[in-house]
Amino acid sequence: MKEAVLVAENLSAGYGQLVIQRELNFSIRQGEVFVVMGGSGCGKSTLLRHLIGLQAPLAGRMLFRGDDFWAHSSEERALLQQHFGILYQNVALWGAMTLRENICLPLETWRPELSRLERHELASLKLALVGLAGTDHLYPAELSGGMRKRAGLARALALDPQVLFFDEPSAGLDPLSSMALDELILQLRDSLGASIVLVTHELPSIYRVADTCLFLDNKTRTQIALGSLQELLDHGPEQVQRFLRRGNSFAAGGHA
Amino acid sequence: MQQQTAGLDWQQEGQLSCLHVTGHWTLHQRKPDLLEVWRKGGRLPEQLCVRVNVTAWDSSLLALLRRIRYLAYEAGIEVNLQGLPAGVGQLLEMAQTPSTQAQAEPKTPLNRVAQFGAGALRVMGSMGRSCTFIGQVTLALLATARGKGRMRASDFWLALQQNGPGALPIVALIAVLVGLILAFVGAVQLEAFGAQIYIANMVAIGMTREMGALMTAVIMAGRTGAAYAAELGSMQANEEIDALQTFGFPPLEFLVTPRILALLVSMPILTCFADALGILGGFVIGWGMYDISATQYINQSLVMVSSIDFFIGLFKSLVFALLIGMIGCYYGLNSGRNAQAVGQATTNAVVSIIVALVVSDAMITVLCTQLGI
Repeated sequence: MKEAVLVAENLSAGYGQLVIQRELNFSIRQGEVFVVMGGSGCGKSTLLRHLIGLQAPLAGRMLFRGDDFWAHSSEERALLQQHFGILYQNVALWGAMTLRENICLPLETWRPELSRLERHELASLKLALVGLAGTDHLYPAELSGGMRKRAGLARALALDPQVLFFDEPSAGLDPLSSMALDELILQLRDSLGASIVLVTHELPSIYRVADTCLFLDNKTRTQIALGSLQELLDHGPEQVQRFLRRGNSFAAGGHA
Repeated sequence: MQQQTAGLDWQQEGQLSCLHVTGHWTLHQRKPDLLEVWRKGGRLPEQLCVRVNVTAWDSSLLALLRRIRYLAYEAGIEVNLQGLPAGVGQLLEMAQTPSTQAQAEPKTPLNRVAQFGAGALRVMGSMGRSCTFIGQVTLALLATARGKGRMRASDFWLALQQNGPGALPIVALIAVLVGLILAFVGAVQLEAFGAQIYIANMVAIGMTREMGALMTAVIMAGRTGAAYAAELGSMQANEEIDALQTFGFPPLEFLVTPRILALLVSMPILTCFADALGILGGFVIGWGMYDISATQYINQSLVMVSSIDFFIGLFKSLVFALLIGMIGCYYGLNSGRNAQAVGQATTNAVVSIIVALVVSDAMITVLCTQLGI
């Protein structure tokens, strides 16, 4: 079995006094696509904020390669965060910068040894990897919604991350663009060997890409299922099976 | 033998020279210059063999291989990549997929005459849009006056609350200080003639005809004009204005009219308030430093200030209110759809309002002088 990259131990997710999810326990392994799913408002995006280091969990630990992430100082956490690449729900590309500048900015900060030409070549490579070759000079506002997601992914790949986080990547995309993005996620997993954490409730995407699934319940406020998609379909709690079987028609489209 | 540093060199294999990529090809490593190595290769064969035998890699290896392919393509050479680590081949293939993103046609460079013409057209276009906006706002205000406008009363009251009572403290502070400065500057000159009593005249006329309205307008430009541009710009960025239009709400009637009306109501009141406090500021100097009694000061002020002076000040405040409201809203509604564009719209709005205020003030003053009022 491959090494666990991220581990949550009794992790409680929430804001201030508000606990949205408690007692979360899971491991995300090298090179797997780990899907966090559940209904709207169950705390998927809040959990993601804890995992990417934007907000400390209310309780429990998060281990990155065996190291307690939140036990470190903010400077040390910033160093560890270089290994995370994040595609935000609203993409969050910096609108005043071209796509090249969006990708070069993290490189300038964290890889100062690279020359300007090297940074530009890397930016061009990352854009080409996501199917946006030759768009280096464009601004985010000049791209279509799907292309903006791809550009956001290119920025997420800027520092060659070990873990790629996607927050609702299919939101606002047509089915074909969504499928193409899923394909890209799988290609990146296979070729880079990166772990992928996907926060979504889009069943077609889950059926296409998931290796391991975590189901968060908004009534009990904790995880009620963890395992492969097939395990959850065969032996998962009824609520999870019901959730997944509503997307059964997508299963025919190809199981990852 | 494997090495830890990034290696790139030519090696002879029979008749062929092969490019060997070895060691750690990662972003952190110091790497050899490809162009330098490429030039050492001399005359290259029709098919170039690139042997990859790396101990670690990341995107810097991909960037190198991509660059080699590009150089080979330019030289008309076919590249044969060998020993690629798992995943690299797939990534290179992905990077070759052409983009489907639509792009604007490249612009043809213009000569100086054409550039001048294009600039003139832009200015004309901008003036045309401004005139259209003024016309549309006028129609929207008329529709509201006839009771046919689609303005929400609550928007008007909210804007009035923000523009009026909300601005009182800063208007009070600035008005007192301006009255004080006017009195000081005048007193230094008037004292030489023993005419300190005329401090009251100068401050009273200065505040009511000119400074009360102008300083209030400058404050409102920074406070309210900027807020209008930022609010409407953010609404534009969030597609809220598009949503209004699709529901059939004219943005001008719905968003601009209540804001301009609120300013038209609040500005004259704030100007009266500023006039009174400015005169008070002058009184502090006259009474405190030049021994003018309170009765003398008030009498002198009341004698000097005619209702015409007062109404000219009020008229100016109404003109300024229109300018602040219209320019602030115009820049907000024509803002781009990102954070930087909203900031730019706000800056442009404030600068344009202040220029417009000073120009219109000068025009009204010249007009009044010519008319003898």
